[in-house]
Amino acid sequence: MTSAMAGQRGPETRSDCWVEVRPAGGQPTLHVESRVAALYGDSIRTVVGETLRRLGADDLSIAVEDAGALPYVIMARVEAAVKRLRPELSAEALPEQTIHRSPTPRHRLRRSRLYLPGNTPKFFVNAGLHGPDAVILDLEDSVAPDEKDAARLLVRNALRAVDFYGAEVLVRVNAGPAGLEDVRALAAHGVHAFVLPKVETADEVRAAAQVVDALSPAHLIPILESARGVFNALAIASASERVAALAIGLEDYTADVGAARTPEGRESLWARSQVVNAARAAGIQPLASVYADVDDLDGMRRFAAEARAFGFDGVACLHPRQVGAAHHGFQPTPDEVERARRIVAALDEALALGRGVAAVDGKMVDAPVAERARRVLRLAEAAS
Amino acid sequence: MTALIENAAGRRVPAEVNGRPATPYQGVAGFRPQGRKAAPPVRSCAEFPADGDKRAPSLVEALRRAGLRDGMTLGSHHHFRDGDRLMVQVFAAAAELGVRGLVWQPSATFSCHEPLLAYVESGVIHHIEGSLNGPLGRYASRGQMPGLGVLRSHGGRYRAIQDGDVRVDIAIIAAPAADAFGNCSGVLGPAACGPLGFALADAQYAEHVIAVTDTLVPFPCVPWHIPGNLVDQVVVADQVGDPARIVSGTTQLTRSPDRLLIAELAARFVRDAGLLRPGCSFQAGAGGTSLAFTAYLAEMMRAGNITARFIRGGSTRILVELLEAGLADYLLDGQAFDLDGVRSLRDHPDRHLATSPFTSYNYHGKGNFASLLDFTVLGATEVDLDFNANVVTHSDGWLLHGIGGWQDALFAGCTILTVPSFRDRVPVIRDRVTTLCGPGELIDVVVTERGIAINPRRPDLIEALRGSRLPVRGLAEIKAEVDAICGGPPQAPRLGAKTVAAVTWVDGTVLDAVWQVAEE
Repeated sequence: MTSAMAGQRGPETRSDCWVEVRPAGGQPTLHVESRVAALYGDSIRTVVGETLRRLGADDLSIAVEDAGALPYVIMARVEAAVKRLRPELSAEALPEQTIHRSPTPRHRLRRSRLYLPGNTPKFFVNAGLHGPDAVILDLEDSVAPDEKDAARLLVRNALRAVDFYGAEVLVRVNAGPAGLEDVRALAAHGVHAFVLPKVETADEVRAAAQVVDALSPAHLIPILESARGVFNALAIASASERVAALAIGLEDYTADVGAARTPEGRESLWARSQVVNAARAAGIQPLASVYADVDDLDGMRRFAAEARAFGFDGVACLHPRQVGAAHHGFQPTPDEVERARRIVAALDEALALGRGVAAVDGKMVDAPVAERARRVLRLAEAAS
Repeated sequence: MTALIENAAGRRVPAEVNGRPATPYQGVAGFRPQGRKAAPPVRSCAEFPADGDKRAPSLVEALRRAGLRDGMTLGSHHHFRDGDRLMVQVFAAAAELGVRGLVWQPSATFSCHEPLLAYVESGVIHHIEGSLNGPLGRYASRGQMPGLGVLRSHGGRYRAIQDGDVRVDIAIIAAPAADAFGNCSGVLGPAACGPLGFALADAQYAEHVIAVTDTLVPFPCVPWHIPGNLVDQVVVADQVGDPARIVSGTTQLTRSPDRLLIAELAARFVRDAGLLRPGCSFQAGAGGTSLAFTAYLAEMMRAGNITARFIRGGSTRILVELLEAGLADYLLDGQAFDLDGVRSLRDHPDRHLATSPFTSYNYHGKGNFASLLDFTVLGATEVDLDFNANVVTHSDGWLLHGIGGWQDALFAGCTILTVPSFRDRVPVIRDRVTTLCGPGELIDVVVTERGIAINPRRPDLIEALRGSRLPVRGLAEIKAEVDAICGGPPQAPRLGAKTVAAVTWVDGTVLDAVWQVAEE
């Protein structure tokens, strides 16, 4: 190979760059064109040069076409190009870890999880500002097959350098063995949870858990996207202490069972019910899928409210605008909140008197009822 | 090269602008022009045909009859925005007449005017004194334009004409519809654009006024936004404007999540600060964020059944819906941005009123509407830690925008800038703005996607927001966060030693200079 390239270019490109490396005939050259050259030209040259040195590749000539890429993006693109030219290279050029994430609680609020295509850095830096409970850096369906290597490096660098503010940071890895490689490459860089697509057996979850064990406290969130996966839901949900939630992917599931997708979703009724029941049986969260029409916010609100009524704890979002609508759908009504307060108070009072049950509005309240009431209060608190 | 002096804002500005001595900026209200207003020559109706037919057979003939000669100044309005088809025809006609060294004095320019650079190159146009947008700004930034660009606000342009800083020899009024007497209407014909207020100063003060239309109607052409009594000649041309680029058919809200977030924060700020109350008044433009702001505000007005006394456009569907829902008593409109705005101006003559830079913005008015507003929402290219702001250049030094009504609107009760904290690694919050267009003492709030900064000069607003859940932060804190994201503060752009334009303040003093950009 005489040269290798990575990244994006063209008039539509924003916050990304394009890099080409080639063996230098003589003295290696460093050529930078940038839309922000007047402001960051010197910085870009420094970052590019430093990245090459750390990869042990400063014998290469390099050309960069930049459209306002942040330093961690430039570093990832340079590393991708260099490793495409020299696949044997094992050195890494890691950006300074400026973000230090503490592990998240297993039963954390996960009403909304916002998908971010893993090879499109322009969406990363402001994603957390839109207030999703979680972001998902996606290495699977939103990344073209020949960009998987570049996306993994970009996501790795983003994990270290991008502040997602209060959001839990999830990475959806690829299915199968490639996914285990993704997990191995990223687990040490501050991932709260790995989302495992197309899971069909508990063994797959255990394999991922084994890789994670040595590297990080990350949770696992399997997505069931086939008849077989849905049938094995309980085993998958119970496969490891690391599993924090169970999600369903309806696009692939309906294709797998040979059903047509309808707005009402009758064709997936059993699968959704199975996921809710399996997750609850395993003591974890059931998570619903996406609402695809990003322009229909009323539809998203209804979708989220129906998901909540069905027993799900969260939905997935494809656009930041859907986040508020999703949260709106998970917002309990004032009547629910009021009743939940009375239930919690009644049971607390009963417990103080040494009794395990109480009565509210003539109905018995015990620990499971109170737990559901507490969940309502947590949702209300999060919504305010 | 002209001498530079330091003005009251600490900026080095030219002491002379295109051969005229200039007064350096002396503070927001530091300078009061004195004397008497300029006046057009006396005319008599006896000079004009008694049957009221002032038509000239062609543009060339009209310019010849107007006495066009070398070095004259031509004024024009920008109500056709990027759909202006007229000014290219006008300068082609001037070139045909063999005239050179003209000064073009538009109220604003757009990308559609790029072909005029050829006339600058050939010497037909000497320089452009008006907003220098897009390609025209880039041309000026490279130092290619002879003479200095002079950037004035809409109100500042009116004032400059009244002060005699600018003498418009020939005013060209593109009219969507006109009669042979010269009455011009902005709401009829294929190029209907709404009001024609930006043509008013030219019509009143120019030595000679030519109205050009592609839609001639029998007298009277009503509603007349420019009265024919001010017009010397009427020319009927094939097409004066491209309707599709004058107004948008329907106004589309931005889908940019970040702009929507900024707009929502701004609307919540207005509500939490207690500014959104029955009988309030405000202005918000048609930029992506401003429009979304208006949409969020409209939702709050509907939810709270809050009626505004008046709203200043540019009008859009969203404002028209508020008017028609009874949630605004009046729309006062300098321009219409979509077809709903044009239609409303035509259909609600009692509640949707055409205004002009004279009523809204003029420094020599005995008061003006912009300062009556409770709040106004504006954009900016940069803002610095002292709340000074820039609207004409970007952080890399390129001149790409005009001032528009921006400076004039700063005088509202609460002036809110909605800006991203950075754009694709281009910083917006700076230690010092590249070009000073708006003094920080007039800018009360800066709303970014990373937080809301309130000017410390407004303790009342800071107090009003105490206890609010909005992310109120210091500008310096937001800047530090952005600098960290971008990999440190940016290097200083390399600017040339030549000034390419002067930014004037509303009173006519020179607020700052725009410097040539040194390209690599």
